[in-house]
Amino acid sequence: MDSISFENFTCPIPISKNDKVVIGHGSGGTLSHNLIKTVFYQHFDNPILAEGNDFAELPASSKRVVTATDGHVVDPIFFPGGDIGRLAIAGTVNDISMSGAIPRYVTVSFIIEEGFSMQELMQIAHSMQECAREAGVQIVAGDTKVVEKGKADKVFIATAGIGFIEKDFLINGRQAKDGDVVILSGTMGDHGIAVLAARNELGFTTKLESDVAPMNDLIQSALEAAPNMHVMRDPTRGGVATTLNEIALQSHVNIVLEEELLPVNRQVRAACDILGFDPLYVANEGKVIFISPENESQGVLKALQAHKYGKNAAIIGRVEKPTNTPMVLMRTKIGGTRIVDMLSGAMLPRIC
Amino acid sequence: MNTSVNQQDSAALIQKGLNALSSILTRSWAIMEICGGQTHAFMETGLSDMLPGEIELIHGPGCPVCVTSLELVDKAVAIASRKNVIFTSYGDMLRVPGSESDLFSVRARGGDVRVVYSPMEALNIAHKNPDKEVVFFGIGFETTAPSNAISVVKAKERGLQNYSMLVSHVRVPPAMHAILSAKNNRVQGFLAAGHVCAIMGMDEYHPIAQKYRVPITVTGFEPFDLLRGILETVRMLESGSAQVVNAYERAVAPHGNKQAQNIIEKVFIECDRQWRGIGMIPNSGWKLNNNYAQFDAELKFDVGNITTHESEICISGQILQGLKKPDQCPAFGTLCTPQNPLGATMVSSEGACAAYYRYGRK
Repeated sequence: MDSISFENFTCPIPISKNDKVVIGHGSGGTLSHNLIKTVFYQHFDNPILAEGNDFAELPASSKRVVTATDGHVVDPIFFPGGDIGRLAIAGTVNDISMSGAIPRYVTVSFIIEEGFSMQELMQIAHSMQECAREAGVQIVAGDTKVVEKGKADKVFIATAGIGFIEKDFLINGRQAKDGDVVILSGTMGDHGIAVLAARNELGFTTKLESDVAPMNDLIQSALEAAPNMHVMRDPTRGGVATTLNEIALQSHVNIVLEEELLPVNRQVRAACDILGFDPLYVANEGKVIFISPENESQGVLKALQAHKYGKNAAIIGRVEKPTNTPMVLMRTKIGGTRIVDMLSGAMLPRIC
Repeated sequence: MNTSVNQQDSAALIQKGLNALSSILTRSWAIMEICGGQTHAFMETGLSDMLPGEIELIHGPGCPVCVTSLELVDKAVAIASRKNVIFTSYGDMLRVPGSESDLFSVRARGGDVRVVYSPMEALNIAHKNPDKEVVFFGIGFETTAPSNAISVVKAKERGLQNYSMLVSHVRVPPAMHAILSAKNNRVQGFLAAGHVCAIMGMDEYHPIAQKYRVPITVTGFEPFDLLRGILETVRMLESGSAQVVNAYERAVAPHGNKQAQNIIEKVFIECDRQWRGIGMIPNSGWKLNNNYAQFDAELKFDVGNITTHESEICISGQILQGLKKPDQCPAFGTLCTPQNPLGATMVSSEGACAAYYRYGRK
């Protein structure tokens, strides 16, 4: 995907003979071209990429441009419900979408470990394209580097994206207001527990799948119902609790959750009980927290529940005036109240 | 998606219990919940703030991570720092501060420190790495003793020479003796730890209740269990009786789990044990007996010369003895946080300071 023309290029070594990525695939020479042509061009085909330049010139549809970047190092690279490719595209699409922007373009950079399976690379490229197609974005530029065996773990993927805010939205973490309603688009913790299970670290198996998905379409349906949306954010690492704490601090408000209303998949609940985790802190890759004015909240909820990625959407709490310091509180099932703090450090298992 | 009792029902049931409690209270009482898991459940459910003002909860020393002696943490750090060692531990122990370092720092410096969920996992690691010494940090109360004991029995059966355990087992009843015989003791009744009693039964508790004239209620971990534990204890306190009552019948048999007790007896013998922040409590620990001494990491590795020193600010000792509350510590939430803990009580998911920090800061 560098600025080399492939029009008159014929390959002296058919790629089919290379079932592993070798150092030469990152050299910029013949093997690189071959890899780009047979793996990436084949999947990411679009007119901008086909220009074959080192850059991509993009038409802008608005003066409000949003960009985001994201590195992906998930282990294992294939897990139930997705893989590193889908994660890489969805991650950047979602970051851009949280502003209310419509994501349009993505760039991709691969860092591949020598000896990585060519077939798996194909599979990853394929699922990136599938996700890009679903999200309506084009992969318009890319780069490939290969490092010696042991200097990276299989494959790392960095993505960046561009989107445009085409309506008069003002959506960011500072806009949560007293009386607003907090809506979560579905169950908590599916991704974190699915990946943990795929890593065989649970000591038991689950049928759980990661929720990794592009959220832009879901978000657009929510925004149609709530043009005055205040905050949207995806609760990825650190989970719903950490994300809400960030918003509470940014907006200087309290957020009060109702324990009974929090949507949690039964298997995630069970795994968390065994491991001493709290689903509030487990990562999601296909969920959105919406904070909307009360009068638009029922519309948002209906729109979400009608969407394939929002079937389990629920109102989970409210925004209130801050007491002393802004914080997230939870009314427990028995009618008590407690603080829901930000995740501190890594989540550790309990012992008894 | 959620538990079968819905929120309204739960809240109503709890309120009913709270009303019953208020109706029998004639004065204030100080009750200790022994187990750190109970401390956390009180805070996590908000139940601690809902109890009548007459009930003072004193948080007990029942967090194995918190009471593991500084000397043993330092020994763990020394062993884990060795080149040919794979050191395995429950996750909570990794951040517990030793005199100079913690296990996380050992890992950051290149040591092979791994989080495991059970000693059997450590045993498998030993099996797969015959050229390495695999050490498991065997901490815990009576609850974890059977599974830790099984791991050395299995190691012996399989002839695994490269597995050993750094043993820091502690027992609840000697700690209760120590608390009740202290001059400044304020504890008037106990919630005994339900899962400890599931293993050991209630036999050891009757002499304590009689000797010190203190009611003891074997208590579970759900909000209803906790409230019932308080209610039973207050009933006894108000009527002047000092019995051992089982309020966790669904898990605890009067004489406990015989099979589990047998395996403990097979592998461990009683020993004196240092409790972090509290001091030496006679006969309060278990160590591997002579038949299994070959698996004792303290004997296997020469780590005898350890000089320890605690943080001068941290008051976790007084907290573990129920003399002070976490928010009475000047460092609480400022110098000492879960990100930068000065004492073990801020580290463990069952530590009182961590519970106050997570659920109770106002």
